[in-house]
Amino acid sequence: MPAIPLAKAPQPSATDPAQIRNFCIIAHIDHGKSTLADRMLGITEVVEQRNMRAQYLDRMDIERERGITIKSQAVRLPWRSGIDGKEYILNMIDTPGHVDFTYEVSRSLAACEGAILLVDCAQGIEAQTLANLYLAMENNLTIIPVLNKIDLPAAQPEKFAEELAKLIGCKPEDCLRVSGKTGDGVVELLDQIVELIPAPVGDANAPARALIFDSVYDTYRGVVTYVRVVDGHLSTRDQIQMFSTGVRHEMLEVGVISPEPVVSKGLGVGEVGYVITGVKDVRQSRVGDTITTYNHPAQTALAGYKDPKPMVFSGLFPLDGADYPLLREALDKLQLNDAALVFEPESSAALGFGFRCGFLGLLHMEIVRERLEREAGLSLISTAPSVVYRVFRDDGKEMIVTNPSEFPDGKIARVDEPIVRATVLAPAEFIGTIMELCQERRGTLLGMDYLSEDRVEIRYTLPLAEIVFDFFDQLKSRTKGYASLDYEPIGEAEGDLVKVDILLQGEHVDAFSAIVHKDKAYAYGVMMTSKLRELIPRQQFEVPIQAAIGSRIIARESIRAIRKDVLAKCYGGDISRKRKLLEKQKEGKKRMKMVGRVEVPQEAFIAALTTDADADKAKKAK
Amino acid sequence: MSGAAPLSFYIHIPYCVKRCGYCDFNTYTPSELKDGGTLADVSGDYIDLLLKEVEQAAREVPNALPVPTIFFGGGTPTLMEPADLGRVLNAIEGSFGFAPDIEITIEANPDTVTLEKLQALRQIGINRVSFGMQSAVPHVLQVLDRTHNPENVTKATNWAREAGFEHVSVDLIYGIPGESIADWQKSIDTALSLPIDHISAYALIVETGTKLANQVKRGEIVMPDDDETADKYLLADSAFRTGGFGWYELSNWARAGGECRHNVAYWLGANWWGLGPGAHSHIDGKRWWNVKHPTAYRDRMIANESPAQDSETLSAEEKESERIMLAIRMPAGIPLATLDSPTHERLLPYVTSGALDENAWQAGSVVLTASGRLIADRIVREILL
Repeated sequence: MPAIPLAKAPQPSATDPAQIRNFCIIAHIDHGKSTLADRMLGITEVVEQRNMRAQYLDRMDIERERGITIKSQAVRLPWRSGIDGKEYILNMIDTPGHVDFTYEVSRSLAACEGAILLVDCAQGIEAQTLANLYLAMENNLTIIPVLNKIDLPAAQPEKFAEELAKLIGCKPEDCLRVSGKTGDGVVELLDQIVELIPAPVGDANAPARALIFDSVYDTYRGVVTYVRVVDGHLSTRDQIQMFSTGVRHEMLEVGVISPEPVVSKGLGVGEVGYVITGVKDVRQSRVGDTITTYNHPAQTALAGYKDPKPMVFSGLFPLDGADYPLLREALDKLQLNDAALVFEPESSAALGFGFRCGFLGLLHMEIVRERLEREAGLSLISTAPSVVYRVFRDDGKEMIVTNPSEFPDGKIARVDEPIVRATVLAPAEFIGTIMELCQERRGTLLGMDYLSEDRVEIRYTLPLAEIVFDFFDQLKSRTKGYASLDYEPIGEAEGDLVKVDILLQGEHVDAFSAIVHKDKAYAYGVMMTSKLRELIPRQQFEVPIQAAIGSRIIARESIRAIRKDVLAKCYGGDISRKRKLLEKQKEGKKRMKMVGRVEVPQEAFIAALTTDADADKAKKAK
Repeated sequence: MSGAAPLSFYIHIPYCVKRCGYCDFNTYTPSELKDGGTLADVSGDYIDLLLKEVEQAAREVPNALPVPTIFFGGGTPTLMEPADLGRVLNAIEGSFGFAPDIEITIEANPDTVTLEKLQALRQIGINRVSFGMQSAVPHVLQVLDRTHNPENVTKATNWAREAGFEHVSVDLIYGIPGESIADWQKSIDTALSLPIDHISAYALIVETGTKLANQVKRGEIVMPDDDETADKYLLADSAFRTGGFGWYELSNWARAGGECRHNVAYWLGANWWGLGPGAHSHIDGKRWWNVKHPTAYRDRMIANESPAQDSETLSAEEKESERIMLAIRMPAGIPLATLDSPTHERLLPYVTSGALDENAWQAGSVVLTASGRLIADRIVREILL
């Protein structure tokens, strides 16, 4: 039997690096990573048969989401190689799968020497997988190409083996074929991990250096930090120090996950595990940072540390103004587990008190909003997402604008906006459609490659603002869902950008201001003014709705004054009924937001801030 | 209940020969009440039930002062024999006494009255008649399911005068699907040519559950634009005024002395007792309403129980809301002195926009102009905020 009982396996803190293999699995969301991981847990017998259940590690994901226990970020799997008969320790390191978390992915990859590139052989590789593959190759990881789901009738292993071979420069026959579902090929895969992936290399006698590749807040334990030891040794007796902050912490616990936490004396070179120091906030134990010991500190940090930088900003406001303190509490709580989330109080004339929040990207934004609504029971309005603009004024002053309502009114010399490199993978029949979309969105074609006869990779530079708007929804709908997208920030570029304001009876509605490309200002103005004309009920006065760039009006609609708001009849039996109706209407009036003298129902704000794509999603959800 | 004030009576006659498509009143055709039933079958003992309720009223409000007004509404009150209606009047007079200048109104369908019938009604003491004219234009009447020939209204009003009615009124409805401005003008002109001293004109309300509401929902009938209906109101108000009819409530105009005192009693919060199924009553800040269905009403009356289904005693705040929403519909308006100064501030823009009469405002009252009457409910909400 190639499995080794845990007690007899090489022990944490005392494992020869030559016996260790650190790897991750790069896969798209439904390409079978969880099922394969289940198989590995079963075959290596770290989970007993009677305790085994489907998506074992995903179960923990849900727990993690609720903030309960330690997540299974790095599972230690003892394995006896069927090739040389020796004992090994395989550390399977999980990677987040989304474009917004590229930095976190890159740190997980940096903790490994090899990666399994897992591709569903009925679907082929997806853009995010490709992006992560490139990241792995940049990190000099050994790539093991694996075709999964070979049991499926629709499997096309030959076709996708060619595709993978082309991408990583191997031979099609080098691709392993497995089925996570039936277990076919998984033993061979484990043996190949041992064979192909290099053992970690580090200096056991040097001062300790460990890379933080994940950091999770746990209600009972505080922050649990996942590390990969590069040099030296970490033990429970040590005091540790964070390189980026210089802050010193006591080590309360060290251990490995197998796949439940197992306390150990320490972690040696090449080992992967967790440390608990009692800190209460993940920002004190940041992904990418280097841990060293306080008494024998290393001189240089491991390369690659970056502060998480929010790319997308949006205002979040409670529907009920009284929920503002609850929203603050909920954001504070989320931030314990999310070093990338930033927020500061914002007050909007139209929406009241809320927070301007910064996110890594759109998905991150959606996750945060969903968690606020689901876990804190809040109902929120969010303003249209905005990117970070660098505005240079005529007087030479430079300012960062993350909120369109703060865009300066005076003379502006230049505005720079963030640019991303976007990669789209799609069937070749959609090339024209995709190019058209990218051109509409101010894209510049970088290049195009055929991954196989009928699949292409198209690369564009695009302003992030265009992607943030509704690019992904458009891409999906125009390619019948076949295209996949990945993007990474590559810098800033000057844009011909203007701020479009929306005015109701001459009053600015801050929540509706937007920074848009000059050529699209008119379309935005027309869209918003006509939308609002439909949404805002008629008032006592005629209400002009204008879209303006500075003092120049570019679009105009008006809501005619209401002329009839009365019930004609009021006799004996009508009086009670009418009084009750008035009382109800009075309550409705209290829920109106005032913009100057204009009463705007809250529903109008929500509807105006919802894109059509959002509305469709909401419909489908019902 | 003390009720030491004049007590008006409303008497509900819940029967119609057929139901009109727009109507949501508490009325029934004989066959709705009894399969294959005739009017006589279903209404045979109705007057006796009403008389029982008069007795209840006499016990409940022993201190009431003589009755100033009575109103027979429906339904179609003229379906009942005048002599039967007379029995109810006699009972009320016997228990409460009549004020010397009592006003007794009956609603009438211009199609079904005859000179003789009107004379008989006059005979039992009824001195005011209100005809459901609705429109002078056949295709408009058709949308309302009204069958009458417009000329019947001329005949009926003349007969009413001939029979000796002091006050004759017609009801008009405007804002009807398919009704043009010219159609409405024709109805106005026709009404003004009649020997009447009172006009009610209502914008058509699509009441839930009516045939009309279903037709609108299915898209078979399209309701006219609110702005056009507003124009029709202004057109009528101006024509009625020119014709010598002043507005004395949002939807009511009269020649001097022709105001319906019964309705004014409602708007001033006076005491009244409503007899019959579904009828509402109000005495000294307490409102109640009878069970709605004629059969349920009969059961209660036969068991010598109160027909009241439910009641409410108005709080001070509710009384104030009612005062505002009713007073604003009349030309005397609301004295500014009864409103606080933030309310004055909120109302000022309505003076500027011409919804409130500026002279009246200067003189210390909140009085609606013609265009202001069209947004009366909005102004009430502004006051009640």
